[in-house]
Amino acid sequence: MTLRRLEPGHAIDGFRLDAPLNPGGMASLWRVTHPDIALPMVMKIPFMRPGENPLAIIGFEVEGMILPKLEGEHAPRFVKSGDFSNPYIVMEYIAGRSLKDRLGETPLPAEEVAAIGTAIAVALHDLHAQHVVHLDVKPSNVIMRDNGEAALIDYGLARHDQLPDLLAEEVSGAIGTGAYISPEQVQGERGDPRSDLFALGVVLYFLATGERPFGEPGNAREWRRRLWRDPVPPRAWKSDLPPWLQEVILRCLEIDADARPATAAELAFALRNSECVLLTERSRRTRRDGVLTVAARWLRARKPVLPPQRRSIAAQLARAPIILAAIDLGAGHEGLSEAIAVAVSRLLATEPGARLACVNVLKVSLLTIDPVADAQGRNIHLQRLVELKHWARALPVAAERVTYHVLEALDPADALIGFARANRADHIVIGARASSALRRYLGSVSAQVVAEAPCTVTVVRTAGSR
Amino acid sequence: MLIAIFTDIHSNREALEACLAHAAHRPIGRYVFLGDYVGYGADPEFVVDTVQEYAARGAVTLLGNHDSAAIGTPERMNDVAARAIEWTHRQLGPAQLAFLASRPLTVRDGGQLYVHASAADPAACDYVLDERSAGRSLQATDAALTFCGHTHVPALFHLTVTGKIAGFDPDAGVALPLTPQRRWLAVIGAVGQPRDRNPAACYALYDGGPRTLTYVRVPYDIESAARKIRDAGLPQFLAARLAWGR
Repeated sequence: MTLRRLEPGHAIDGFRLDAPLNPGGMASLWRVTHPDIALPMVMKIPFMRPGENPLAIIGFEVEGMILPKLEGEHAPRFVKSGDFSNPYIVMEYIAGRSLKDRLGETPLPAEEVAAIGTAIAVALHDLHAQHVVHLDVKPSNVIMRDNGEAALIDYGLARHDQLPDLLAEEVSGAIGTGAYISPEQVQGERGDPRSDLFALGVVLYFLATGERPFGEPGNAREWRRRLWRDPVPPRAWKSDLPPWLQEVILRCLEIDADARPATAAELAFALRNSECVLLTERSRRTRRDGVLTVAARWLRARKPVLPPQRRSIAAQLARAPIILAAIDLGAGHEGLSEAIAVAVSRLLATEPGARLACVNVLKVSLLTIDPVADAQGRNIHLQRLVELKHWARALPVAAERVTYHVLEALDPADALIGFARANRADHIVIGARASSALRRYLGSVSAQVVAEAPCTVTVVRTAGSR
Repeated sequence: MLIAIFTDIHSNREALEACLAHAAHRPIGRYVFLGDYVGYGADPEFVVDTVQEYAARGAVTLLGNHDSAAIGTPERMNDVAARAIEWTHRQLGPAQLAFLASRPLTVRDGGQLYVHASAADPAACDYVLDERSAGRSLQATDAALTFCGHTHVPALFHLTVTGKIAGFDPDAGVALPLTPQRRWLAVIGAVGQPRDRNPAACYALYDGGPRTLTYVRVPYDIESAARKIRDAGLPQFLAARLAWGR
């Protein structure tokens, strides 16, 4: 392979090199243009110097396999790659700001940390749903678009669970970035989407406190400390950090992946609905675990690890769906809300990892747009929340897996669909009232939800209305 | 160019027709048949005639060990297979036997090698089942891509940067990128007698543009194929295993 000296103005396969960007660790990057392609583009050319780290070369190959598979706005669009003698990848140039550029501004306010975290979690959920774990989530690999969405770049360490894992075949042991790598990655596991949630937890910790929870350990021996040593709680650095944010961050940083949020959608849900975060002992923690707890974990970490099984990313996502139950409350709806409870119970019985969001829409009219207090002086909003909790009391689901939401809206169907879309709901359960001439004329809420929802919808009817 | 690759049809008319019908909806630029047209199943004449038609239109058609046995070459074979081959030999006419007899063991097409079994010794028909046997095949050729059959089990092997061999169990319907940075050996599953516990017929599509290989599974009328095997007086086991996919 010949070493090319690259200069602005050079052309490679019809792509004109315009300007160099900051090189990545393993490749040079160029803004490029092509007469036939309007998209803003960047070309990545791997360093192929003699003695170059083989990981760099395989990582480049891995990115060339995975990038063409990805769709959507959370990853750069793949344009073209070169052949064996002329290796390069051309992809979409994502306009926006690298999250790395914001590290100087830390600590950021909690609301901003939550907004950035939500955007990254939504992006990760989109990747995971496409069978890909990123495995190198860190600020320099996150681009915040101007519209607030996040895109993840650099798939050199990523894993697609339907493709051969070229990295695992070449390298035994940990592959990742020291400050962000998850405990299971340290042990060689490369198929768990929750590894990305751990790395995102490190990012959120850093953004919220200005400190790195595990420093920047350089070698794999030091990385192993992550198997037993928990981080200093964020509130120890920044006492005004809200307890819910500490709860969320420390859940992401749990050593055992089962103790973390089950999916990126679940994490996005928590960050978006901070008032619904169930505060546990994690939120109150002021210091790290004691020496006995850490010693017990250290002993456990010395045990040989079972070889990682071939696990499907899709299966992990499917284990923890978000179910949205849309409930009508009040007189005249008892039969229907009872029937919805039965339908939801059956779903929960088959999906033990599910999360349940109980949603009621408080319909406001244009005339009285602000929620009013009723005659008894009780706030209707609060009363609806109480009734929702009462409705859900007998459902077979643990308290930390249920949330309650009262949406105020002019159009109930729009509100439900918007909520489902924003929170990446997997399944909506909604009741339909008896058919009538008037309802056929006006159109029903459930019919509109069925037509426009971004997910599966179950429509429940009571026996009398069939 | 999109290349459709079929192997181990084994006289299964229903499976072959289902796969060809599936491929016919795609812009196939080349058809490749990796051998073992006959043996086991009840429709050797139909299968040989069909493959011959494709060959006349430019398809690559190789010789498999069952085809070789059917024209009278002694081959190592178990008792059930040998009984099916004796029966097959009686069904085929001189033109069909002559077609089989003139098939090559390998075809090289640029960077691609087509062979029925291992490239290490094409006539010996070794099974490419694991990293060791895949390594022997990969070392015997400098082709960037080798396509073979013979095992009835889909698998994808590749030679890593440091010279190790790694294997992969491919999911159906996923376009697998065969990167230009390394050499690949794709074992295509059987059209007519799958043995990977999935009874659906298997063939593969290779797209030379993005260099992706997609294993395709096509359900077919197993009951009819099995009934014809029983009606022909062939060993019952050959009918039963179609539904088991093993």
